[in-house]
Amino acid sequence: MSVEPLQLFWYFGIFIILISICGVYCILATFNLIRALIGFEILVKAATLLIILAGYLTGNQALAQALVITLIVIEVVMMVVAGGIVLWLYRYNQTIDTRKLSNLKG
Amino acid sequence: MAAIDLILIIMLLLTSLWTVLTIRLIRAVVGLALTSAILSVIMFRLGSPLAAVFELSVCSGLISVIFVTTISFTSRVSKERLFVRRRERFVKFWYLPLILIVAGFLLLHFSHPPALKLPVTPAGQDVRSVLWNLRHPDLLGQVIVLLAGAFGVAILFKEDTHER
Repeated sequence: MSVEPLQLFWYFGIFIILISICGVYCILATFNLIRALIGFEILVKAATLLIILAGYLTGNQALAQALVITLIVIEVVMMVVAGGIVLWLYRYNQTIDTRKLSNLKG
Repeated sequence: MAAIDLILIIMLLLTSLWTVLTIRLIRAVVGLALTSAILSVIMFRLGSPLAAVFELSVCSGLISVIFVTTISFTSRVSKERLFVRRRERFVKFWYLPLILIVAGFLLLHFSHPPALKLPVTPAGQDVRSVLWNLRHPDLLGQVIVLLAGAFGVAILFKEDTHER
């Protein structure tokens, strides 16, 4: 990678923005809870790439890797709990379509 | 920017687009795993091998397993419903490639590389020393989050004894 660092940041940044658009669109346009989680995952991928890129450009890859490892652990735990909630909702409502989940109390 | 990096980042965008656009949830999960795998290659090329290994093993492997398990517990969609859903999704999602093309074009033509001054940091730090010495509150947080997740799943899947 012999290109000027900020040029690299700019190129990667454009793609990171486009991947984020994919994730946000997936969350906004779908009514399926599992697909919303997949959209959230895509957003997290964009954030991960941004952190690693910042670490590469500033020469502080060790800190970036430490942050990304923390991010991945939290992401996995969140996905496990969210998957459990989706299954729980499916068990009680027989659907994971957000339009039909209208029996929430409160 | 080396050609291989450009190919990898375009592949990352295409796989994430395919993940969003595909109809079957299982295919979306496969697309997500592919996205993670490509991201881990990019991370490796950006000089972060440990985080890349984590990404490949955990995000590409474990999260896919979690998603497949969740999907396998839900019911299968009938062919008629799939046909209706395909039409609905086409109406809803055909904007996305268009938005991406327009946004990419606008960003390429109307933005410029930022004129920032990059900070100079002492090189040669090891990720293990940073993780264990500098960021040990993070590790404590990770342990707490893992425990919270384990308790959360245990509560979610606890049998409801009152109903019996």
